[in-house]
Amino acid sequence: MSFHSYPHAVPHGRPPVKGHEPVLIYILRRTFASVVVLLLSSVLLFFLTTKAGDPYADLRGSNADNIEQLKAARAATMHLDLDWYERYWIWLKGVAGCFTGSCDLGTTRAGQDVLFLTGTAAGATMRLVTAATLIAIVIGVALGILTAIRQYSGFDYGVTFAAFLFFSLPVFWAAVLLKEFGAIRYNDWIATGQLGPVMIVLVAAVLAVVIPSTLGGDRRRRMITGGTTFVFVVAVLLLLNLLDWYRHPISGPFMVLLVSAGAAVLVTAIVSGIRNRTALYAALTTAVVGTIAYTVLAFTPLLADPSWLGLFGLFVVTIVVSLLIGRIWGGYNRKQVMLITGVTGVVTSLVVVADILMGYWASFLGLKSRPISTIGAQTPNFTGDFWQRLIDYGTQLILPTVLLALVSIATHSRFTRSSMLEVLNQDYVRTARAKGLSEREVIVKHAFRNSLIPITTIVAFDFATLIGGAVITETVFGWKGMGQLFQEGLVNVDPPPVMAFFLVTGTAAIVMNLIADLAYASLDPRIRR
Amino acid sequence: MSDTQQNSSGWGPGASDVEELVPEAKSYSANQLVVRRFFRHRGAIVAMITLAAVIVVAFTSIGVGPIPGWWNKDIATAYDKVGDGSPTWAHPFGQNTIGKDYFALTMRGTQVSLYIAFGVGLVSTLIGTLVGAIAGYFRGILDSLLMRLTDVVIIIPLLAIAAVLGRMTGGDVNLLVLALGVLTWTSLARLVRGEVLSLRERDFVMAARAVGTHPVRIIVRHILPNTVGVVIVSATLTIAAAILLETALSFLGFGVQTPDVSLGSLISEYKNAFTTRPWLFWWPGLMILAIALSVNFIGDGLRDAFDPRQTSTKE
Repeated sequence: MSFHSYPHAVPHGRPPVKGHEPVLIYILRRTFASVVVLLLSSVLLFFLTTKAGDPYADLRGSNADNIEQLKAARAATMHLDLDWYERYWIWLKGVAGCFTGSCDLGTTRAGQDVLFLTGTAAGATMRLVTAATLIAIVIGVALGILTAIRQYSGFDYGVTFAAFLFFSLPVFWAAVLLKEFGAIRYNDWIATGQLGPVMIVLVAAVLAVVIPSTLGGDRRRRMITGGTTFVFVVAVLLLLNLLDWYRHPISGPFMVLLVSAGAAVLVTAIVSGIRNRTALYAALTTAVVGTIAYTVLAFTPLLADPSWLGLFGLFVVTIVVSLLIGRIWGGYNRKQVMLITGVTGVVTSLVVVADILMGYWASFLGLKSRPISTIGAQTPNFTGDFWQRLIDYGTQLILPTVLLALVSIATHSRFTRSSMLEVLNQDYVRTARAKGLSEREVIVKHAFRNSLIPITTIVAFDFATLIGGAVITETVFGWKGMGQLFQEGLVNVDPPPVMAFFLVTGTAAIVMNLIADLAYASLDPRIRR
Repeated sequence: MSDTQQNSSGWGPGASDVEELVPEAKSYSANQLVVRRFFRHRGAIVAMITLAAVIVVAFTSIGVGPIPGWWNKDIATAYDKVGDGSPTWAHPFGQNTIGKDYFALTMRGTQVSLYIAFGVGLVSTLIGTLVGAIAGYFRGILDSLLMRLTDVVIIIPLLAIAAVLGRMTGGDVNLLVLALGVLTWTSLARLVRGEVLSLRERDFVMAARAVGTHPVRIIVRHILPNTVGVVIVSATLTIAAAILLETALSFLGFGVQTPDVSLGSLISEYKNAFTTRPWLFWWPGLMILAIALSVNFIGDGLRDAFDPRQTSTKE
């Protein structure tokens, strides 16, 4: 549900910094205003929640002997004998305690501490929302740029239609479909793990249509690309069937090297152009060094049986080394080369992780024969080592994330497309073309960067909307998240959990708004003074 | 951008000065141009036809209230089950678990969902336009107050506060329309305010003020007609969002309640029937999809028509 992100929403690029006001003062002023708004909203929501129904509803139907006693006990835990504003005051005092180190978000009807519940629930929700946001940004922005560049192509119309379809999809209805086809049918299929001939032809045909239309070119060229794609995809899928790849994915250092080198070339091509040999060699060096490091480290406990902290440390080291490689290769444009090697380093790390996970996939299938689950954030009583548990988290996360990301992908792709088209019509883009820059340079250096500025706003807005929208996703997939907390609180006419949900979403909205404004100001030199 | 014939007299992106001198070229008023641009958007036309068909079928088939429709079965009667209740000629959408005709039920759900969606669109557009116009025209303290009010509403996740209000309505459809209407006006209010802020500085408004026209008359007669594009597009998109919001609320159990049905409550009721009676799941979902998709496409067509700077169809 994304009510505030319409298909054509255009964020008002309000100038956040007034005159020569220092940024710190600006942040403080904005935060203060937001806190006032948050306070008023909390009063409104608290009042509405207390009036939303009958807190004794479930007891009225019961015929237990001690019914009066139960009612009295509930009245005592929920302060039902007080007026709503007195109850609000009690709640507010508890929240205010957070600033002095003694947080008290109240208790639920059953007497559980809401602060504790919120802690665990927020963790699950954040995992879901962060994953969905990242996926949505990457896919949505990429689609938006491609559709803007290939405006009015079949690909453009296809993506546009898909975006409208996602906007119009009832989330829970799509969830049932996802559960059926993404989980149940997939789990049936992975038991044998062989793609049927119809499926192979279908996948190849779809790719043979999509890929040429993104690459462009005249009819003849597109036919050739399409035919080649078709043959290639069919061959690869047949090979994967033969290898029983879907159950025993094999990759190993050679594949890591191949994929990360490919990524290195791609990153170089986008950022500086393939003809910049210095940058290309620097990126390739990063990929090679990363692969060598992986081959060596794979036998040490650092990667064989890691901890979160250890992995994070490795990641930091990877980035530092990548940047160093960029610095050493340097050249006349050292900053750009460092950017390229840094990105390549990150991609290489991701490839390494993917490779390790693929290695563990077969043993994971041994532990859990129906890998994709439809309920819960993790498999109960799952015993496995670090990597197997990571796969477990992933398989539990994948369906709700996809569901949550669909609408955001649609929003981001439409928004990026219109932002990009607007920039492509600007005079400075025409100037860039006129002075003979290549299309890549025009798009990457002049158009894309400027089209990103309004996108930061929509991404920030979207993050806050997603937390709110997660209510349905969590209900459908049985996650114990903020949405669950909210829904139970509302059914029981129990304000503290509802208000805890609001505190998290409201704070996220305010923080995200502030970040969006600051990002806008730092990216757009017209606003920065 | 090359279809000069259709654009010969327009001030749209394809227009050029030379063609305006061609004597045969017909000239169009601003409104005619909007209509012409709208009808050039093929997706929007298909969507219009689809939506019209859905509305006509939904309201004529089982009738409204006491007026009977052409469909010979009603929503209350449990008929003899034909086979396992899967779609047949007698029951084209199948039958539910106790034998009720699912076509009639789906049509009733469509009626309720459409009613809620258009009702919410109307209420929220009225409030949004009013708040935006007042805030933008009078500015000052009234503006600050109204805009802080929109901030207060906007910061609560829409689904959350809609669920709270929906629970308060206890399933009354008219109250639900009001409740959703008073929650969804905020973005339109901001848009209208922005428009009004710039319109109020224009010469024709100043002229009206100079001859002593009453502010209400200035707003209604001079300013609001100029915001009609923004308002109509936003209203369409609100309708599309409202239909999804209603279904989401009904799914969570805070929207339309039994014995009445909406498309959302139908899906919610039969969400576990996918493997045993898939038709109970597919029909209401496809109806929602058809309605929401049509309305979104119409909105896109309208936006193109009113704001030709960024068209999504080829000129």
